[in-house]
Amino acid sequence: MKDEVENREDRVANLKGMGCSRKRVEDARFTQGKGNYVDDIKLDGMLFGDFVRSPYAHARIKSVDTAAALEVPGVLAVLTAADLEPLGLHWMPTLAGDKQMVLADGKVLFQGQEVAFVVAEDRYAAADGIELVEVEYEELPVIVDPFEALQSDVVLREDLVGEDGSLPDGAHGPRKHHNHIFTWEAGDKEPTEEVIANAEVVADESMYYHRTHPCPLETCGCVASMDKVNGKLTLWGTFQAPHAIRTVVSLISGIEEHNIRVISPDIGGGFGNKVGAYPGYVCSVVASIVTGKPVKWIEDRMDNLMTTAFARDYHMTGKISATKEGKITALQCHVTADHGGFDACADPTKFPAGFMNICTGSYDIPTAYLEVDGVYTNKAPGGVSYRCSFRVTEAVYFIERMIEVLAIELDMDAAELRRINFIKKEQFPYTAALGWEYDSGDYHTAWDKALTTVDYEGLRAEQAQRVEDFKAGKTRKLMGIGLSFFTEIVGAGPVKNCDILGLGMFDSCEIRIHPTGSAIARLGTISQGQGHATTFAQILASEIGLPADSITIEEGDTDTAPYGLGTYGSRSTPVAGAATAMAGRKIRAKAQMIAAYLLEVHDNDVEFDVDRFVVKGAPEKFKTMKEIAFAAYNQAIPGIEPGLEAVSYYDPPNMTYPFGAYVCVMDIDVDTGVPEIRRFYALDDCGTRINPMIIEGQVHGGLTEALAVALGQEIAYDDMGNVKTGTLMDFFLPTAWEVPNYETDFTVTPSPHHPIGAKGVGESPHVGGVPCFSNAVQDAFRPFGNRHTNMPHDHWRIWRTANELGLHD
Amino acid sequence: MPDKMHIKLNVNGKDEEFLAEPRELLIYTLRERLNITGPHIGCETSHCGACTVTIDGKSVKSCTMFAAQASGKSVTTIEGIGGPDDLHPLQEAFKEHHGLQCGYCTPGMITRATKLLEENPNPTEEDIRFGMAGNICRCTGYQNIVKSIQAAAAEMNAAAASSSEAVGNKTVEAAE
Amino acid sequence: MIPAAFEYYRPQDMAGVLAILEEHGDDARVMAGGHSLIPMMKLRMAEVPHLIDLQDVGGMSGIEVGTDSIRIGAMVTQSDIIDDASLAAAAPILREAALQIADPQVRYMGTVGGNVANGDPGNDMPGLMQCLDARFTLVGADGERDVPARDFYEAAYMTAREDEEVLTAVTIPLPKGGYAYEKQKRKIGDYATAAAAVQITKEGDVCASAAIAMTNLSDTPVYSEAAGAALVGTALDDAALTAAAAAMLNDIDPTEDNRGPIAFKKHVAGVILRRAILRAWSRA
Ligand SMILES: Cc1cc2nc3c(=O)[nH]c(=O)nc-3n(C[C@H](O)[C@H](O)[C@H](O)COP(=O)(O)OP(=O)(O)OC[C@H]3O[C@@H](n4cnc5c(N)ncnc54)[C@H](O)[C@@H]3O)c2cc1C
Ligand code: FES
Ligand code: FES
Repeated sequence: MKDEVENREDRVANLKGMGCSRKRVEDARFTQGKGNYVDDIKLDGMLFGDFVRSPYAHARIKSVDTAAALEVPGVLAVLTAADLEPLGLHWMPTLAGDKQMVLADGKVLFQGQEVAFVVAEDRYAAADGIELVEVEYEELPVIVDPFEALQSDVVLREDLVGEDGSLPDGAHGPRKHHNHIFTWEAGDKEPTEEVIANAEVVADESMYYHRTHPCPLETCGCVASMDKVNGKLTLWGTFQAPHAIRTVVSLISGIEEHNIRVISPDIGGGFGNKVGAYPGYVCSVVASIVTGKPVKWIEDRMDNLMTTAFARDYHMTGKISATKEGKITALQCHVTADHGGFDACADPTKFPAGFMNICTGSYDIPTAYLEVDGVYTNKAPGGVSYRCSFRVTEAVYFIERMIEVLAIELDMDAAELRRINFIKKEQFPYTAALGWEYDSGDYHTAWDKALTTVDYEGLRAEQAQRVEDFKAGKTRKLMGIGLSFFTEIVGAGPVKNCDILGLGMFDSCEIRIHPTGSAIARLGTISQGQGHATTFAQILASEIGLPADSITIEEGDTDTAPYGLGTYGSRSTPVAGAATAMAGRKIRAKAQMIAAYLLEVHDNDVEFDVDRFVVKGAPEKFKTMKEIAFAAYNQAIPGIEPGLEAVSYYDPPNMTYPFGAYVCVMDIDVDTGVPEIRRFYALDDCGTRINPMIIEGQVHGGLTEALAVALGQEIAYDDMGNVKTGTLMDFFLPTAWEVPNYETDFTVTPSPHHPIGAKGVGESPHVGGVPCFSNAVQDAFRPFGNRHTNMPHDHWRIWRTANELGLHD
Repeated sequence: MPDKMHIKLNVNGKDEEFLAEPRELLIYTLRERLNITGPHIGCETSHCGACTVTIDGKSVKSCTMFAAQASGKSVTTIEGIGGPDDLHPLQEAFKEHHGLQCGYCTPGMITRATKLLEENPNPTEEDIRFGMAGNICRCTGYQNIVKSIQAAAAEMNAAAASSSEAVGNKTVEAAE
Repeated sequence: MIPAAFEYYRPQDMAGVLAILEEHGDDARVMAGGHSLIPMMKLRMAEVPHLIDLQDVGGMSGIEVGTDSIRIGAMVTQSDIIDDASLAAAAPILREAALQIADPQVRYMGTVGGNVANGDPGNDMPGLMQCLDARFTLVGADGERDVPARDFYEAAYMTAREDEEVLTAVTIPLPKGGYAYEKQKRKIGDYATAAAAVQITKEGDVCASAAIAMTNLSDTPVYSEAAGAALVGTALDDAALTAAAAAMLNDIDPTEDNRGPIAFKKHVAGVILRRAILRAWSRA
């Protein structure tokens, strides 16, 4: 068979493998309105379910009267906790080892909590039914402040207090108070305290990383369909981890796992919102079992913001010590973590505060200690990784603010302070004081490139001039230069230390090569916009020498895809991407044997070259992968099974550690508090770059979400526990008008332990972006005495900073 | 319960007639009654634009209009803008310039953008950012959406120029 | 977010509208663009058993620029205002303000009549109309009457319009001099943190007249006669600006919300007003 493309460069290009900006294969359907999202699913006889929700943040439920609702034409059933109790489904386990009410069992703990589930023939009848369910509440004292919770006599979770008043241990050990969930420690307490006590310079600061929400454009939802004839349950839904959902559904419902099929169709963004299991899923399943019909539940935007998956809400106190010259000697951090009414954080089991212990950041800090206290309050449960890997955003924000505060304390330039403390290239692999082994990095190179590109010194000179002009009354605008240097920790993770509900966090890929040289690969992950169908095909193309355009990628159907833990925490590329490469290599190994047989040489005498195996030293003698695939199915080869398939389950030896250097230049109107982003430069190092176009898109998106969080996006509560930011009027999602153009750049430091050296990038820009925007605001006020102000930096809070610094006098 | 109403719509060139409750929102008519699922629901409070359709030449958020209000009018959704055999330049451009990620905002974006380019065939970046500000995207950060729309505008202008040239030539021929 | 059930009417003329209003009183409500009303109905914050769609009632969608006044029909949309060249020439402040309302889709639907009749302190048109000394024409069973915009607003969602009346038009004396509509908001799609409408005339170097109104800083729009008076006869020096801002601050009464506390709003109101005055002055 004569190959059409002979030139090696053309052959490489033809593959559209790793490193090229391949256009996305998903886009054809999305641009034509032919995506298939969960709310697009329509089944015969499908019913709609929706919740009666609590208007109160803390109340006892005295009675629930469903009679009037059941009178509404079209309403078929109203489920309450009493109906679920006989099935043992009125509570469900959370990912964090706690349990959560599916429907209010005697009391409610946060505003918007699910009280009853109305099932009706259409959404109109369901809405009318909800209006008529009569719930009698007795209001209880509301606690929205975790510090108050730890002092209060009010018991939020009576189910977690013994009858004699004793406090049984929680999922993460002993509890100190009835509203306390856990204490989690990392590092060495006494040595750290000692170093700090004797240090030449110490900076301390308290900061609150406010509560916010991932708010993907599509809310959460599902369709449950119980086929009673065959005993099979099918559950379509917005699941970032379909296999985990299948296992959880099986564990709580008692339906055997082979009789459950979970399908994640197209997902309209996740950002962490769609990792957990929500009462809506359980109620839909139960309602389908009860009625024998498919039941759809889709939350509306207010439900979404009020109840499913908040992020952050960390009160952090830190101390950082250094020599007079600025060499950091120790870091201490205490976190009071507000988890709301139930502990539903989506963290690996052994990490109740996620990877907060990456809070030594990119710096060589010899001694450190971290302590986190989780606390119950009358707020919604959640605590998900909003476009980041398990609390890394909090950790990076913490250290990048501590560095700035230390720079102020030392009266030093914050860029220089970072430079002298970076972990050096030759120190990798580097074991941090709080336990992680950083696989690779070259921070100085990235930092220098960033500072040179933005002309850092020029910017500082301009800023100094601006301060002069401001003092002289020539301008009312200040200039801020925001810096951040971050190290992400992604790719959870090694099964030895990462599991969720006992499920090891490996991932998987299964490949079938078709006889004519095309292929299908199935993975345990699920794309929510990351473009897996495009990039995983590119990895495979490079590994197996078949064009990416000839490879179908399939995810999200538990009946066909191999088991995996899903997509969040930037884990797809580091884990499933590695599984893909490894499975590809198994294919290649077999192909090598086939090629050798066909070329009549020894296995070791052929080598892989782009899209073929060639005889060593005789490149004109070769078999293309296409030819090999054909032979695999159509030629009897002694000693080799027919077919060309492979499966790989990849348990990563370590996490990967992407990093980056960001600079933001901002002008701030002191009188109105309005910030204007003049420039944003983002250098990312995510190791080997699979598809530069997609990386750039991920960076733009992550930075925009960072901008939102830093400059205004919050879930705010009043003292009564009412959510003040329940619609997109008040919950800040920037439009094209509020968002700048970003400059992107990169360095490449491949991960040494990852099969293709890739590290994952989807979340870096969010992790690094938040402190960068925040630092820009704070830097503008540094010449006037600002040390730290909390986010979000919306207009009035920026104005308040200016006001408190006397800039309006 | 109020009587159902008789409603007539022309959707993507096709006449539709049905009985519906007056409170039926147009977005549900399209998605659930007519199975036109391109327009999406992102907020239900007229902030996100995912449900954007064109009604008698206006960009409208169909979550904030009753089907009854639209009765007698023409509605165009993403499905009416272009399909596999006749892709609209905007659909091409979004694909080419990575103007989408999860794709959830995309139908509303493109539908709004067709109208924007009608209002202003040569928009500056600022015009695009302002004219698209009724559509929220959570994934892309907008930069590539702006790029996609600019590219489509250029493409459409070039096509218009060459077709008017062609028309021009014809008139010349006819005159000869 | 599904509204409660209602009866829908689409009368072809005003008589039809008035008859339904007469019959159902409080239970009936007219709808123009629906972009304030429908969200309220979906959140079940407004219950409207009888909804009267005004779209087929003729005679309310014209813009007439006369020699000394402008008449804008109630059903004229914000995008009509932006697109009307003669209006932009005669009263450019209307276009400047309309462009700062919501987003393109909302502006295609939102009407002048709905915006001024709604009574939401967040709406931009009411303050603007007060600044321009507009008159609202109301039609009811007893005929037609005109109410000055400056007398129209009583409290949040409470206006001089009777439940059975329909607002048909807004008439504005042809504005003279320089203008500015200055608005601070958190993002596109948000209502004002503070907004100021200013129309100023100049004689020589001296301010001859000034009209000033503020948006979303009280439970109604605020026409500040005193603020305007503080400018008249001055050359708009710093003292005059300070006096005008002080006078305005006396007239507003903002409340705290997610946009910020009262002190902030007052401060921004002062800053915004100064900027609006200076911009208007530069155009006078
Ligand atoms: C996302 C979003 C952002 C917005 N931002 C702004 C903004 O920044 N500034 C701003 O000013 N507005 C804003 N609006 C409101 C928008 O401008 C509305 O369209 C406008 O306030 C009402 O106009 P409408 O024609 O839609 O009125 P409708 O919603 O139809 O009616 C509003 C009220 O007025 C009554 N009404 C309507 N017409 C008449 C009439 N002719 N006679 C008597 N009563 C009548 C109705 O009964 C109803 O009570 C926003 C709306 C949305 C959805
Ligand atoms: S769903 Fe209609 S604007 Fe968001
Ligand atoms: S592509 Fe996901 S919301 Fe725009």
